[in-house]
Parts: sequence; C-alpha cells; structure tokens
Amino acid sequence: MQDIQEITLDTLKPGEKAEITKVRVKGSARRKLFDMGMVAGAEIELVRNAPLGDPMDYRIKGYHLSIRKEEARQIFIHKV
Amino acid sequence: MGNREIKIALTGNPNVGKTTLFNALTGSRQHVGNWPGVTVEKKSGRVSYKGYDIEVIDLPGTYSLTAYSIDEIVARDFIIEEKPDIVIQVVDASNLERNLYLTTQLMELGSQLLIVLNMCDIAEDRGDRLYLDKMEELLATPVIKTVATQKKGICDLLDKVIEQKELEQHHGHEIGYGSEIEEKILEIEKVLSEDEGRDRRYPLRWLSIRLLEGDSNVRAKVAKSPVYENVMAIIESIDQEEYEAEIADKRYLAINTILPQMCTRANETLTKSDMVDRVLTNKYLGIPIFLALMWGAFELTFAFATPFMDMIDIAMSWISEQVSSSLRPDWLASLVGDGIIGGVGAVLVFVPNIFILFFLLSLLEGSGYLARAAFIMDKLMYKIGMHGKSFIPMLMGFGCNVPAIMAARSIEDEKDRLITILVVPFVSCGARLPIYILFAGTFFGRQAGTVIFAMYILGILIAILSAKLLRETVIKGKPAPFIMELPPYRVPTLSTSLIHMWDNGFMYIKKAGTIILVGVVIIWALASFPWGVEYGSEDSYVGILGHAVEPLLEPLGFDWKISVALIFGLVAKEIVVASLGVLYGAGDKSEALSERLMADPGITTLSSLSLMAFSLLYMPCVATVGVIRKETGSWKWTIFAVIYGIAVAWTMAFIIFQGGSLLGY
Repeated sequence: MQDIQEITLDTLKPGEKAEITKVRVKGSARRKLFDMGMVAGAEIELVRNAPLGDPMDYRIKGYHLSIRKEEARQIFIHKV
Repeated sequence: MGNREIKIALTGNPNVGKTTLFNALTGSRQHVGNWPGVTVEKKSGRVSYKGYDIEVIDLPGTYSLTAYSIDEIVARDFIIEEKPDIVIQVVDASNLERNLYLTTQLMELGSQLLIVLNMCDIAEDRGDRLYLDKMEELLATPVIKTVATQKKGICDLLDKVIEQKELEQHHGHEIGYGSEIEEKILEIEKVLSEDEGRDRRYPLRWLSIRLLEGDSNVRAKVAKSPVYENVMAIIESIDQEEYEAEIADKRYLAINTILPQMCTRANETLTKSDMVDRVLTNKYLGIPIFLALMWGAFELTFAFATPFMDMIDIAMSWISEQVSSSLRPDWLASLVGDGIIGGVGAVLVFVPNIFILFFLLSLLEGSGYLARAAFIMDKLMYKIGMHGKSFIPMLMGFGCNVPAIMAARSIEDEKDRLITILVVPFVSCGARLPIYILFAGTFFGRQAGTVIFAMYILGILIAILSAKLLRETVIKGKPAPFIMELPPYRVPTLSTSLIHMWDNGFMYIKKAGTIILVGVVIIWALASFPWGVEYGSEDSYVGILGHAVEPLLEPLGFDWKISVALIFGLVAKEIVVASLGVLYGAGDKSEALSERLMADPGITTLSSLSLMAFSLLYMPCVATVGVIRKETGSWKWTIFAVIYGIAVAWTMAFIIFQGGSLLGY
C-alpha cells in the first residue's frame, strides 16, 4: 500500500488514467480543486500537456480541467 | 389580483449558456451596472409575461459558492440577502456531475430552486439519455429543458416560474455529511442560535457548514456575534483540512448516488471538441496557430476599424470647423471647437477599434478559445510573475489600453488582476503610432520601420520588467494557481457577442463623455488663458507650464514646445502631433511639420528617440486613467499608476538621451 501514496498526478502520461487518493494542496487552491471535482476516488486522465509543457489538460468528471504541474505534484493518485 | 412582480436570479457554472439564456429571456431590456463596492458586473433585465412583471438578475457564473472569488461571494450574498422569489440554476445537460455540485450548495441556501437543463441538444446528440421526471423527484426541484441558443423552452421556463411563484411552497432537499460532520453541524447550529440578534436571513445549517469548511467570509460575518468565541472553540477542535475534503467528497458522493438514475451517458467517444483540441493545443501546431489567430484578429480590427475611424475624423474636423466659424464669441468657439470637439474627437476616433476588439474578445470567449489562449501562454506568463489569463488583456492593449484594462476582469485573483491593469499602459496602443511615424519618419529616414518596431518591443520589455518589479515590491507573492476549465468548443452566438460589444463599447463612450470632457476642458483653459493669448502659445498658461517643467524635461532633450505637446498628450496621445502642428505653425500638414521639426535645432535625432520612448511610457490618456480608477476601485492605485508611468518614462528617456550624448550621438 505504501508505494501507492508515492505517485503524484504530475507523473501521469498522456492517455493514462488514475484514481485520486489524496489532495495535499494547501490554501485557497485546495478548496477550488475540490469544487472542480478533484476529490478522493475521482477518476482522472491526462489528456495532454500545453504546448510549452505546462500546464496540463486533464479529463475529470467528464470535462477538461487544466492545472499546473506545481499543483499536480501535490495530488496523490494510484493508477488504474 | 396578487402580487404580479417576480424576482428571479440566474445562476450556474461558467460556459453553460447562462448569458445566452439571460439574453433570450430579457432581449434588449437589460441594464448593466456594478455590484455595490466591487468591480463585478451586474446585469439585470425585465420580461413581461402573462401579466407578470419578471425581473431577472444575472448572477456571476461560478462553480461553487465558497469564498474563493468575489464572484462567488456576490452570488451567494445576493441569494441570501435579497431573497429572490426563484433561483434558477442553468445546468449544462452534457456535464451534469460537476454542474450538480453547485446545486447541492444552492439547496443549502434555502432558496426556491428551479433547474434549467440547457444544451440538451448536445447531450442528446451525443447519445446521452436524460430522465427529467426522475431528476425532479431526486432533486425535489422542478426541471425545465431549454436550448437557449435557439430560444427553445423559454416559454416553458416562464410558465414554470409563474407556477412556482403561485405555489409559494418551499421544496427542500439537503445532503447529509455523515454522522461525525453532522454532529459538528448541530453543535455549531446550537451555539449560533443562542445569539438572539443574529441576521436571520442566513440559514443556520448553511453557516455551520461554511464555518466547518473554513470560509473566511462567513467567519467575518459571525465575528461580531457574542457567541463567536464558542463557535471558534468548536472549529479549532477539528482538523479543518480533513473536513474540507470530507464535505466536498460527500457532495460528490451524493451526486454520484443519484446520477445513474437521472441520466445514462453515451460511451465516451472522442467528441468534435476533443478533435479540435488535438490540433489547436497540439504540441507543435498550438503556438503557430495561436500566433496566427492573434495576428488575424489584429488585422481584422484595423481593417474594419480604419474606414470608420477616418469617417469619424473627417466628421469631427468638419463639425469643429463649422463651430469655429459660426459660434460667437471667439472664446466659446475655441472652447467648443479646439477644446471639446478636438479632444473628445481624438478619443472618439478609437470607438470603432474598441467595439471591434470587444466583439472579437467575445467571439474568442464564446468559442472556448479564450481559455486555450490562457492555457497556451500560462507558462510564459508565469515566468514573468503573471497569470495565463493576463495574456489576452495585454495583447488587446496594442489596439487600445482601455478595453484591455476592462478585459482584465476575467482574472479572478485580485493581485494578478491589479498587476495586469498596472502594466497594460506600457503596451503601445494605436494612438501612439502617429507620434512614432512623425518622429521616426522625420529623423530616422530608412531606419524608421526599425525604430518603430523597437518602440513596440521597448513597451513589452517595460511591461514585463514592471510585472517582475511589482511582484518583488508592492504586490508580493506568486501568481494564483491555474485551475481552469477548458470548456468544449462551441459556435459563438452572434447576438451574445453583439450585446457584449455594445455594453462595453457604450461604457467607453460614457467615459468619453465624463472624465475625458473634464480633462479636455482643463487643457483647453490652460491653452487659452490668460485672456487674449493665442491658443496654446508660449504666453498661454500651458506655455508657461511648458516653460516651468522645461528644467525637469531638459535632461531628456525636450524644450518647452515639446513639454507643452506632452502636457496635451495627457488627454490623448494623438493630440501630441496635432498640438505640435499648432506650436510649429504647421497646421494639419504633416509634411510642413516634419520640415519645421527638422529645422528646429532644439530637436535632434537623439532627442526624438527620447521623445518617442517618453510618449510610449508616460500616462497613456485620461480614458485609461479613468478606467484604471473604475476597475481598481481605488484612487491610490490610480495615482500610483500615473506616477509610476511618468517615473519610468522619465528614467528611460533620461537613459536614452544622456547615454546617447555620452556615446557621442
């Protein structure tokens, strides 16, 4: 179970899917991420990186949500 | 006959067609203003239907009702404090799960809710099946289907609004958060209810949930309550971050429990929008396409605007001449002709530009590409201490700084927005070009093009450096996190774009009618008095002022005439060239002016370069100052912007002139 916690959302490759386990983002971004559906148990897929590499385009809850790697690094997942 | 007035509030996520529905409901009977005390736009409208006078208030589009942004606070405060008869949530039928998250929060506000399922056509074309009866039952809320872009379902909606109003009964459905959280909610409710003087418009359960979630705005609302200490004791006993996560989890859990009964989604296939994105945000094609689109937008702006601008210019000079020759006494003719018509005309010339810029901005927004522009540019913008959303406003600045500063409204974070507003004026707008053309053309000959280009680059560099500087000093901190929906691409609705264009363009004209007029009259008075002097001459107050500031501007290579022209330039940049024409006795003829400038030993190649840089960087025009005041809501920041701009301009011109002199130019 330990290594599951180690993987963060920024390590996902385009086309890969995962399930969110924990959101460790602090501050107001935390609230916002929850509001946008980034809750534990939600399925998430990396669609693509922005042309310059960052931010990322994820598919979650049936829509596209874009966040920076900085925040993605603080979101824990396990791959499905 | 009962009460025939109904007040409804429109709410919903961004990009669900809320504005289109609002326009479909109210047509042209709209009023645009501001919410008191904040710079969030307030739109309201009226519709008469079956003997009812229905007032529709368009609340800001939000994903949630926390205190994340001013928009969210404005929306929820309105619902709680103004108690509209019915709150309509516009829901994107093709994206129910996230949309219903807002529904769960609206239910807790204790308002009469009505759900409008918009864009049913998209969902159904895709193969989704929606079960309205089940939805009404599970949400305990009436549900109406609409396709706002085709005005379908509008009458059904209005019928339902009237029906609900007449029923006067309150539906209620709330989410349970699990025994641990529910216990805390009850505890806080109990403590809060002990305060007899509390604001009873706020539901206790809602307050309690918000407090558990760490909502700073709600905390401030109960801070004066005598029971505040007791409430805080409960809040401090919990792991707030865990509660925050748990409450959001529970909301989505509740949605997921009922969602399968309300709709079945078609197998996920690649939508048209996804395919478009494969090209438009492609790793290699994304940036070239972006640049091409932006370039195209500019070409379009100028191609469309130029004939109109010429027409306004001609009309204004004609009116000015008529007035000058027919009005008596002479001073009145001068006030109206030289002052008001000349000055306001200089600003009105930009109206076509502004209208087109707003129209294109609205098209970009409606199509969904605006979000992609921020997505594509964010990394670059982040490096200079700005947010991806700041890019488009800055780009618009090349057309005109005024709509650019207004476009910064789309930036939620206050600091990000303020920085954008403060650096946009360094972006070289269309009005500054005539100055470059005159001086570069006169003094740089074949290199004129390069010099003009260099001015644009200088503006961009100063904007970037200023953003970095502001981040290090007065507006500390990093840009806000980039958490943004990339909405599906859609064909923008023409009427929505036209209304958007008109609203914003009209706001500019209103500004032109007030603050600019004041500026114009002041400058006119300075140029015309003391009594009897020639307009704008050495003996007039503006001439005296020019002489007075000459020592300050001398190190930059400017004499009193240039100083006077720059003072006129405070009203609008295109007046600089016109007033030089007057000062050099060259009238409207640019060739004559060019020759006389050449012949003036007071102006060298170097000082003309210094002058161009100064014109680029100091206060753009009174309209920009007016709009900075309006958009920041603060005189402090407005004055800061003006002084900072002048300081930067002075420093840059000083470096150019003194540096160049030292190097022997």
